[in-house]
Amino acid sequence: MSRKQQVPRVATTGSADDTGCPILHVDMDAFYASVELLDRPELAGTPVIIGAAGARGVVLSATYEARRYGVHSAMPMTRAMRLCPQATIIPPSHGKYSVVSRGVMEIFQTVTPQVEPIASDEAFLDVGGARRRLGSPARVAAMIRAQVAERFGITCSVGVASSKFVAKLASRQCKPDGLLVVPADGVVEFLHPLPVGALWGVGDRTEEALLRLGIKTVGDLARVPVATLRRELGHAAGGHLSALAWGRDEREVTPHVPDKSIGAEETFAADVDDPETIRRELLRLSEKVAARLRAGGHIGRTVSVKLRRADFTTITRSRTLREATDVTQEIYVTACELYAAADLARVRLRLVGVRMENLLRAEASVRQLTLGERESGWREAERAMDRAVARFGPGAVRPASLVRPKFDGIDL
Amino acid sequence: MMFRVDRDVLAEAVAWTARSLPARPSVPVLAGMRLEVTEDQQLKLSGFDYEVSAEVTLDLQTGEPGLVLVSGRLLAEITRALPAQPVDLVVDGAKAVVTCGSARFTLLTMPVEDYPSLPAMPPAAGRVGSDVFASAVGQVAVAAGRDDTLPMLTGVRMEIDGDTVTLAATDRYRLAVRELKWQPDQPEFSAIAMIPGKTLADTAKSLTTGAEVEIALSSAGGTGEGMIGFSSGGRRTTTRLLDPEFPKYRSLLPTEFSAHADLATGPFVEAVKRVALVAERNTPVRLAFRGGEVVLEAGSGDEAQAVEALPAELHGDEINIAFNHQFLLEGLGAIDSDVARLSFTTSTKPAILTGGKPEGDDSAPDYRYLIMPIRLSG
Repeated sequence: MSRKQQVPRVATTGSADDTGCPILHVDMDAFYASVELLDRPELAGTPVIIGAAGARGVVLSATYEARRYGVHSAMPMTRAMRLCPQATIIPPSHGKYSVVSRGVMEIFQTVTPQVEPIASDEAFLDVGGARRRLGSPARVAAMIRAQVAERFGITCSVGVASSKFVAKLASRQCKPDGLLVVPADGVVEFLHPLPVGALWGVGDRTEEALLRLGIKTVGDLARVPVATLRRELGHAAGGHLSALAWGRDEREVTPHVPDKSIGAEETFAADVDDPETIRRELLRLSEKVAARLRAGGHIGRTVSVKLRRADFTTITRSRTLREATDVTQEIYVTACELYAAADLARVRLRLVGVRMENLLRAEASVRQLTLGERESGWREAERAMDRAVARFGPGAVRPASLVRPKFDGIDL
Repeated sequence: MMFRVDRDVLAEAVAWTARSLPARPSVPVLAGMRLEVTEDQQLKLSGFDYEVSAEVTLDLQTGEPGLVLVSGRLLAEITRALPAQPVDLVVDGAKAVVTCGSARFTLLTMPVEDYPSLPAMPPAAGRVGSDVFASAVGQVAVAAGRDDTLPMLTGVRMEIDGDTVTLAATDRYRLAVRELKWQPDQPEFSAIAMIPGKTLADTAKSLTTGAEVEIALSSAGGTGEGMIGFSSGGRRTTTRLLDPEFPKYRSLLPTEFSAHADLATGPFVEAVKRVALVAERNTPVRLAFRGGEVVLEAGSGDEAQAVEALPAELHGDEINIAFNHQFLLEGLGAIDSDVARLSFTTSTKPAILTGGKPEGDDSAPDYRYLIMPIRLSG
């Protein structure tokens, strides 16, 4: 679901030499839209956009028919609807997608345990170890495509290459419903004609900077001395891009990458400048984050707060606690301090977010007790809330300040 | 003004006085050390940073009365480096000239009239042996907090009740309490003072040159802007007291235990240090006490692990308990005994570390180091 679709199409092929190309990048084609079409087969072949139709919704997915009008993921819905007014709008139903996503990941797991999911609809697989059991990488890729289509009725595209990043580019190149093998000795040939924007880590800003230097293709980039790139783009980014331009990518497929952070954010229906309302929202988000931490068995040490002003300028502030926590109160208090320290009281905010970083497994965690500490405190109270919510449903117990009057709708 | 004094005597006196000089003085004159030769042939060196004052008095062989203020840090560095010969200091206009053997230094003087007057020593309250005092303060100050955002935990609380002084300090994770005897000037004297922990520890250590330390307290038993003074062997120092607020620690000290274990302190310290090599900061060393031994473990399944067993005499229920290794080591270093006794209730209740005592001796230990365990999840 990349929004960069400017990469030229390459003939779909599975017959190239796949020796030394154990990495597969499997990417579902227009995932949410394809899943929705299973229930609405009459819409097949027509433009369909998945996204909440509200004033501030964004496109989550779109069929290729809609993409032809310039619609892409992450685009504001209003803009998408202007570009393609005839499209059918379907509001997202995430439960449906995660069922299919889990099923697809299960198929991957039957191929190899070396699966690195990077989103609900894409994953890297290292099938080097499956050669004797299932055949060459290209055969495995074809088999996965067939199984996904058979079991779920949706299509996916697979890139086969010697490294993760080339595999990812390959899958993008052969979309939709394609398979592309980039032979190990054909990487440079494959890469160099591509526009620099196709490289991983090149966003709009970097692309602009590169275009200013007259660098349009990956090949141009490869021919620039690495020292120059480092000067222009920073030491790490410059070195990284130079390596990618020559197809060097040492990253391995790492299964089960643990969650790096857990966060929640809220875009207000209308911009808010009342600190009281913002703090209440921080409490609600802290609660959400803490509940997710506890449910996942995580604790986090770093609280970060994201504040987006009405003009879209965004600041994030974070603080690392002495001890990791999964307690709403501790997260909330820190979030409020960060908000206060950001000095944005009375500034109109469009969005606020709370995120916990530096996550650890709760069962591996320990807690230094303090003198005179009460045997049970907020932690225990919140665990009791979790149990009540598990039994009586969301909202069964919540902080009093988050209880809304029943007829919130007629609030004047 | 001029004086002549032995290099060693001067260097020691200057170094001691310079300790209380502020590293970053709020007013430039506070970087100065005040040197005064009195009519009765004494040299007084003093330093002050508005919190702590220090003054040392020396007897002179020769001297002309007068007063001068020079950079304390520079004078300390110079006197430390001088050869072992008599030192002459002569004030000549705006300059102070230090001569020793063939070495000669000219120092700029600072405006002595701008220098604040040192706080007067509060009235003397009693005396205590300087070695006992230094070791008692050392035992307690180890548990004082170092976090300046919680100033009330950075102090050592001194409670005086008749001939008993109780020192206590806590950083919320451990609590050290020491009782000692002293000689109050009035037998019924009682007072409470919160003394900045680091200052007290430095002071007590530096006053062991005399046999006894005299303790002087202003507003005895009172609150607010109190002051405490210590003097010994020609040295006197005062320090401003902290707010006397302190946790009600006596009720937090458990008196009943379900078990205690006696271990040889030296081998225990060595073993804790060894297994702690794999324990990262703020991660625990786990102790499992079973019959005649304790098994120490650190590290977890995802990282390096260490395990070691030691003989331990356990009386009572078997127990698993975990501590921050730094806290445990500091406590073991403070008990000043060949045998360490750990007394427990449960793995989430405070444990008490004391010096071991022979069976049958039921007297209350004069030093107790309470340590809060680390709770292991699961």
